[in-house]
Amino acid sequence: MSFQSLEEIKNRCEKDALEFWKAVQLEDCRERGVSEEDSWSEMSRMWEVMRDSLSEYEPEQISRSGLVGKEGGQMEAYQKAGNTLCGDFMSKVITAALKMGCNNACMRRIVAAPTAGACGVLPAVLVTYYKEHQVQEAQMIEAMYVAAGVGQVIAHRAFLAGAAGGCQAEIGSASSMAAAAICYAAGGSISQMGHAAAMALKNLLGLVCDPVGGLVEVPCVKRNVGGAVNAMAAADMALAGIESRIPADQVFDAMREVGMKMDTSLRETGFGGVAASETGQKIMAGLQRK
Amino acid sequence: MGSIFDILGPVMVGPSSSHTAGAVRIGLIGRKILGRQPKRANIYLHGSFAATGEGHGTGRGIVAGLLGMKPDDMRIPDSYEIAETEGMEFNIEKKELRDAHPNTALMVLEADGVAPLKIQACSIGGGRIRVTKLDGMDVNFSAETNTLIVYNLDQPGCVADVANVLSRKKINIATMQLFRDKRGGYAVMVVETDQVISRQALDWLESMDGILKVTFIDVAGEV
Repeated sequence: MSFQSLEEIKNRCEKDALEFWKAVQLEDCRERGVSEEDSWSEMSRMWEVMRDSLSEYEPEQISRSGLVGKEGGQMEAYQKAGNTLCGDFMSKVITAALKMGCNNACMRRIVAAPTAGACGVLPAVLVTYYKEHQVQEAQMIEAMYVAAGVGQVIAHRAFLAGAAGGCQAEIGSASSMAAAAICYAAGGSISQMGHAAAMALKNLLGLVCDPVGGLVEVPCVKRNVGGAVNAMAAADMALAGIESRIPADQVFDAMREVGMKMDTSLRETGFGGVAASETGQKIMAGLQRK
Repeated sequence: MGSIFDILGPVMVGPSSSHTAGAVRIGLIGRKILGRQPKRANIYLHGSFAATGEGHGTGRGIVAGLLGMKPDDMRIPDSYEIAETEGMEFNIEKKELRDAHPNTALMVLEADGVAPLKIQACSIGGGRIRVTKLDGMDVNFSAETNTLIVYNLDQPGCVADVANVLSRKKINIATMQLFRDKRGGYAVMVVETDQVISRQALDWLESMDGILKVTFIDVAGEV
């Protein structure tokens, strides 16, 4: 049985003098009956696919519906012009999140993290950090384990699918995973990683899944930006010593409770939220005529 | 709950784990059960697959799977064109299927030298699938592990015969399910095994009294 709470991972780390990522890796080895080397090389492959996917983005690509595709290129051009409100680093995070969201919509290869719709959050945060700060690649792969460990606990206590718990379960979970991971990469403690995960998800509790025409395009591509920027802010707060008054495990439980109460129309059916807006409906009617 | 690589992963071609990656797996399982690349495929999409399949590349995913591609194959967006080059005819329609999961596809697959196969499967999230009907009979299996499928007459002794052959070949049964259309009619055995079953053992099974057809899905193998 994998870890069921961040508290359990923390206790294991204290008991056996392990780092968080190592506890997650050892559990993976035990569960799948593989060596540490095999587990590491599989995680390295996920990291490499994320990096490749990001660099394979083309500014002129467009999804079959025609709704999304160019946003990554537009943001990159704006960031390179050098006069952004968010500053250089955060603008690069936004650019990367858009590129990955567009790649997914345009049927390119991505890593579901934890889902395809939310595939931009982790690479936006981790790959951008890796490129901008001269850190060892191994440290980023360790951060990937941190993200996976947090994701596994969320999957156990709540859910990761929009159809089950709304977008909070997809972008919310991705943001929580990314916040803990980047907090680790920047030197945060296990306790700070937990606070980062908790604060990131708290900010996105209640987020509904309302894809226009049922496609993973609008508002999904831009929600990846929301998840990534929010993860950075949560990690910075945690590194500043700010604590979540509600422990992460209880935030995950709250996410489950909110998801259970969420109306079906707001859980990936394409019947509620912006999908039900006048323009959302018009777009859907246009797609059906296609 | 699965491994950490169900959380970070799978590596797949977008946009949707259920509507794209799952669709590829449905096509691939049809190909594996048929035992070869179909010459002709009639594909029926139900529910959400029918409603949003076009934008999600669901049809392209299923065709890609029938051509032997896996969910991370970069050629998935071009599967229709590749099918034409490889001489695989296909037709995709929307169809309301009774009591089916929202993400369901029905496929009728034909190839030279084998009986046509009618298979219905659904995509249950995260790229995972279930086969729900096989040649009109209700079944329920994932095909994520090695799976033996035996079509037999519903008569005494068939299960014992199959178990006996597997035991002699030192094949361990992980799970076993039995389905039939009616008492004394046709039946299907779905047996998940820990080991790969040899061609010779499959031929032996197929030669036995009351057994009509035997198929083995080798998860790691290529068809």
